[in-house]
Amino acid sequence: MSIQETLNNAFTKWMEGEGPEARIVISSRVRLARNLAGQLFPHLMSQETGQAVVRLVQDAIADPAVREKLGPLFYAPLNDLSLLERQILMEKHLISPQHAQDEQAPRGVILRPDEAVSIMVNEEDHLRVQVLLPAFQLEAAWRMANLVDDVLESKLDFAFDEQYGYLSCCPTNVGTGLRASVMMHLPALAMTNQASGVFTALSKVGFVVRGFYGEGTEAKGNLFQVSNQLTLGLSEIEILDRLMTVSRQVIEQEQMGRRSLMKERPSQIEDMVFRAYGILTNARLLNSEETMFYLSCLRLGIDLGLLHNVSNRTLNELLVRTRAAYLQGDNKGAMDAFNRSLKRAAIIRKALAPDPGAQNNRSGPESLT
Amino acid sequence: MNCEECKQRPATVHLTKIFNNQKTELHLCEECAKHHDDIPFNLSFSMEPNFSIQKFLAGLLESVTVSASDAGSTSAGNGAGSAPASGYSPGVEDPDEAAEEALAAAPHCSNCGMTYSQFERIGRFGCSQCYQSFAGQFEPLLRRVQGNSRHTGKAPLRTGENLGYKREIEQLRQELQAAISAEAYERAAALRDQIHALEGKLSSEK
Repeated sequence: MSIQETLNNAFTKWMEGEGPEARIVISSRVRLARNLAGQLFPHLMSQETGQAVVRLVQDAIADPAVREKLGPLFYAPLNDLSLLERQILMEKHLISPQHAQDEQAPRGVILRPDEAVSIMVNEEDHLRVQVLLPAFQLEAAWRMANLVDDVLESKLDFAFDEQYGYLSCCPTNVGTGLRASVMMHLPALAMTNQASGVFTALSKVGFVVRGFYGEGTEAKGNLFQVSNQLTLGLSEIEILDRLMTVSRQVIEQEQMGRRSLMKERPSQIEDMVFRAYGILTNARLLNSEETMFYLSCLRLGIDLGLLHNVSNRTLNELLVRTRAAYLQGDNKGAMDAFNRSLKRAAIIRKALAPDPGAQNNRSGPESLT
Repeated sequence: MNCEECKQRPATVHLTKIFNNQKTELHLCEECAKHHDDIPFNLSFSMEPNFSIQKFLAGLLESVTVSASDAGSTSAGNGAGSAPASGYSPGVEDPDEAAEEALAAAPHCSNCGMTYSQFERIGRFGCSQCYQSFAGQFEPLLRRVQGNSRHTGKAPLRTGENLGYKREIEQLRQELQAAISAEAYERAAALRDQIHALEGKLSSEK
């Protein structure tokens, strides 16, 4: 397993598209912020101190006792990767946008071969342990993250304070260091203009709603990430319980919304789904924003039983395969918006073709039939 | 086909309306569609204005500083702050180096050198020790940001054990003081040995 495989392969664990509440919940994520006691936080690090932290962490994951409990993990230094390659990791949600952008201190990512566990090294905190699973599996994600934390803690001296808990670089993460999030597809709430009401209610009880790529990103394609705002004062279990409770409520609202849309405007919904299908299977140029929107329509169509020959897994994979950096991966960058739109449309046509095998040897114009 | 409303952008939203058997068609660009009354449900949804943690935090810090310092200057504010400054006492810094005076006047972390005003600017600490260095000033902020200032969740196993020893040592030290005050020297000697034994465990844990 190498970082090249990770870069070349769009598919990653969270895209499976199956599991509890998979019709609405795309993925569940748990991340723990951890720092090494006494070491400068990454934003103040020199090359040497940064490298020292990397070495400590590398030693920890190479330890036989750690490997025995967590299985093989491999470390990839991000400083050796191009910005484009780092963006691909970001598009797969394996690292944060900030971690992809940052050029300073020595930094990296530790991955489990199935990519369900990724540990960012020297992001805002020394370590950010992330577990990302498909569908609504917060508890399983927490159990895994907790195990990784326990095992790493036996090798590394984490900064912990009796009163403040795990000490993080930014006080918004102190305490548990836990950020749990649920990525949901909420087209009905968005279409019926209920989303902002629901999100305002969520913010009042300590939850934030973000876009597909987290903090500071817009919600495209009706994908929303709900996560806990507070990290101190509640135990990890309490935080997860609350998030699961509010997520279930959002899921229920969305289900009700879908039912009433189908009841009240069946033709419009069908039109929207099949129009999107028509465009995605025929268009020659697709920009990223419209792609996100049409993919959302297809996802809704699958759930409403309108589309049968497309799977959520295909759609999840397309979400990443049609992103700017991933599209340019083969070309080593230098692809303008026009050529990206061209390639994006081609990838989608191929992925959605009724019989992918028959499509392989055919070129564009012939598939017009 | 261009948008019927603005006549500039390409029409990407196509609406067919059937009302009293009267069919009308509407072709709009996404921008105009967002604001159009005839769209029964809005297809595109824009999130509420982006929430910036750093900005938000800076705002909170400002209000904390203002409420904690009536006299105006930051260091005066610390002395007069509602929360007692436990780890830091302004004015007792060694004034050996004149150049350091400005820094000494501002509270700073002895491990990484970050000052509280630097923290206020960037909203991030310099190292884990900053939490102790700025405990006094930072508590009101923590309560504002987190609504709480006490961790109740998981603790690292090793630290958890050490914490237990530390608490026990503290308890024994208090008993030792009491024993000395009461001139119960035999008891004091026994307590001292116990403390030494526990301290030995502590350092061997590290």
